Order: sequence, then C-alpha cells, then structure tokens
Amino acid sequence: MDKRELIARRVAQEMRDGYYVNLGIGIPTLVPNYLPRGIEVIMQSENGMLGIGPYPYEGEEDPDLVNAGKEPVTEIPGCCYFSSADSFAMIRGGHMDVCVLGALQVDEKGNLANWAVPGKMLKGMGGAMDLVAGTKRVIVAMEHAAKDGAPKIVKKCALPLTGLEVVDLIVTDLAVIEVTPKGLLLREVAPGITPEAVQKITEPALLRAPDLKTISI
Amino acid sequence: MDKRVANADAVIGRVRDGATILMGAFGLCGVPENLISALLRQGTKNLTVVSNNPGTDGFGVGLLIENRQVKKMIASYVGSNKFFEKLVLSGEIEMELNPQGTLAERMRAAGAGIPAFFTPTGYGTMVAEGKEVREFKGRPHVLEPSLRGDFAFIKAWKGDRWGNLVYRKTARNFHAVMATAADYVIAEVEEMVDLGGLDPDGVHTPGIFVDAIFQGTNYVKPMEPGPKRKRDEG
Repeated sequence: MDKRELIARRVAQEMRDGYYVNLGIGIPTLVPNYLPRGIEVIMQSENGMLGIGPYPYEGEEDPDLVNAGKEPVTEIPGCCYFSSADSFAMIRGGHMDVCVLGALQVDEKGNLANWAVPGKMLKGMGGAMDLVAGTKRVIVAMEHAAKDGAPKIVKKCALPLTGLEVVDLIVTDLAVIEVTPKGLLLREVAPGITPEAVQKITEPALLRAPDLKTISI
Repeated sequence: MDKRVANADAVIGRVRDGATILMGAFGLCGVPENLISALLRQGTKNLTVVSNNPGTDGFGVGLLIENRQVKKMIASYVGSNKFFEKLVLSGEIEMELNPQGTLAERMRAAGAGIPAFFTPTGYGTMVAEGKEVREFKGRPHVLEPSLRGDFAFIKAWKGDRWGNLVYRKTARNFHAVMATAADYVIAEVEEMVDLGGLDPDGVHTPGIFVDAIFQGTNYVKPMEPGPKRKRDEG
C-alpha cells in the first residue's frame, strides 16, 4: 500500500460519529476517502464552511465556493457558511474536535513546526497556529522521515514553531505515537516494521506501550 | 437614507496616499474587483493593505502590488503571488504575517470597540516575539492589538440602499468582519435590490456598518486550479 494511503487510512480510524474536523493540505486531505462506514463526520474549512463535499465535476465549479486551499469544492446537504470571524471562533473557542496537519518537525514535548521551510521566504502560517492552539485533539499525519532520511520526530524542533506542546498523536507510515507527559509513547508499528527500526529513525527515545500493536487497516 | 453611489469611481477619490484599506477575499474568492480597478486607475500610493492573501500574479490585490501602490501588506498566507515574494525579498514591500484567526479577531475587536485581547494562538512562536504574555487558567496568552482600517473594500452578492448585505457561500470570508472595522466602508454588490428585497433574517452585514454601496459590473470571478471529479466516478 502507498505510504500516504496507509497514513490516511490509519488517521481515519481516529474519527468518531459527530466529530467536527479540519484537515490540512497534503496527506490529511485523503482522510475522508477512508472514513469508517456508518459515521457522520463534518469537515470544516476555515474560510467559512461546515459540510464540505467532494471536488466538483469539470465545468461545475463555483467561484464563490472554495476550500481553505482555494480549490473549488461542493457542498453537502446540511452545509452552512459563516464569516472568518465565526470560523475562528469555532477553532479558537475549542469547538472543533480534531485537526489533522502535516509537519516538518515534531518534538518529544509535542511542539510542532510546519509553516516555515528552511532557506525559503516565509509564506505565512494561514490558520495553522489557530488550529493547533484551539482544537481539542491535534493529529500530525506525515511520513516518518524526511526525503533525505533525516528524522522528523526530533528531541527539540529547530525550525520555527507553529505551536508549543500542541500535538496529541503522530501517525506516520511506520508508527502511531502518542505524545504523553512522560515522553513519546510508541503505540503501533506498521506491518513488517520492528520497534527498533522505528527508533532508529526517531531522534528521541520512544517509550513502548505494554500492549504495542501492529497497525491494522 | 440612500447610501447608493453610481460606481467605484464616484467614491474612490476619498482614498488618499498612505491609507490603510481592509480588503475582503480569500484567495480569488470574493474579490472587490470594481473597487480595486478604480484604485488602480487612481494610482493612490503607499497603501497598507490588510487582506488574507496578496491576490495572485495578475489578479485581485496582486494588481495593486504590481502597480507599486502597496507599501505594506498584512496577511496570513502569501504563497500565491511570486511578484509579491520578489518585492519582499528585495525590501520593496513590507510584510506582516498574522495567524488567520488572529487577523480576523483583531478586526472583530476593532469593530466591537475592544482595543486589544489575549489569545493562546501563537504563544511560543515568532508571532509572539516582543508581545506581552499573561497566564489565564495556567495557560500563557499573547496580547494582540485590534486592527482598524481607514477604509474597507467589501464585495457582497446582494445589497440594498441602506447598505444591508448578503454574501454568497464562501465568498463571505473576511468581508463580514472587515465591514465592521473601518472608518469608511464601501460595498460593491452583484445585485442591488429594493428595500425589503432581502430577507431580514438572512442579512449578513446590517446596513449600519456600510457607508457607500454600488452595483458592480463586469465581474471576472476567476478560479484557482484544483482537482475535478470525473463523471464515471459518481
């Protein structure tokens, strides 16, 4: 299975009926494809929409209807629209259940760096700082290591931070790791991957859950 | 009471060099196209523009940037405009990045008579540098000042001569909050209706916030690219 699909499928298992969810760009956008059957999860878009539908058919795009990535989308029955101020009252006021974001680095305290790419001009944080500060549960969905093999789960983030002690769960192509007050807890490993192999490309020492499981899709 | 004016050119003369203008839109969604065109024709300079994004190369706020009318941009994400990036790197334009929710809340506060507020957003990050921090219920919060404009450029779907406005779908975005936070608020609408033509329960921006209103013309409403569904995918 494709790495990105594995991550999205595992994140989808975290969703519960009735959740209000905000998804970041990249891997998180794949999550709705794999939601468990029989549950209703409402997707929020921070530009002012609850109830995002699938992408439109060619020729049926509406310039007044876009997602937070500015792509044309559609609405589902029960959808509603609101202003940016109301949208961020939902996000900053603790009304959103889950947000799923990508990351450049996450550290053992749950600090997150995901908005400033090294060596490039700052492009802006968009709504990411608000989302990680205000959402009840923050899930990072990312490949375990960078393209050059460098760990992305580090002892201390070196890149500019998005939020301090904000991450609750890290889902990668190799493992599911929970951020706990005692440190990073390895809960699940991908099929065919040993805990030692995960540790090898993870900078901080991982605690091992007594009931360590294999990711089951 | 009649807040109607003929068109954008009839009010744009109020905007002088150095003004701060709040401009609604999210990317290319909900751009006040007529007001931006009139400001381009007028050539007003040294503007501070507050908008979630600097438009794109060739559209929206991007046109004012290309015409070198903007001195400073306050935004939350600027990755959609290459020319803007070039001007930032060469020091020809000033950029202030705000978290998107902080940007909205700074204007909401301005509109509601709140000079500043504490938020946990951005604590411990670059955006909190130099700002007062105070703990509430054991959690550190950053003091953020309200943000007011001399003008707000608002684009709505429908409006009436009292300035009541209705937006369409996600084109509402920052417009509704910006309309509350400027000294002089100009609204352009796709359709002007008679008084009573808007459902009073469905008005998004009450007319009290609006100073001038006109029906816009020749909307382009371009779209940014994105994936499309194929017919056989269902």
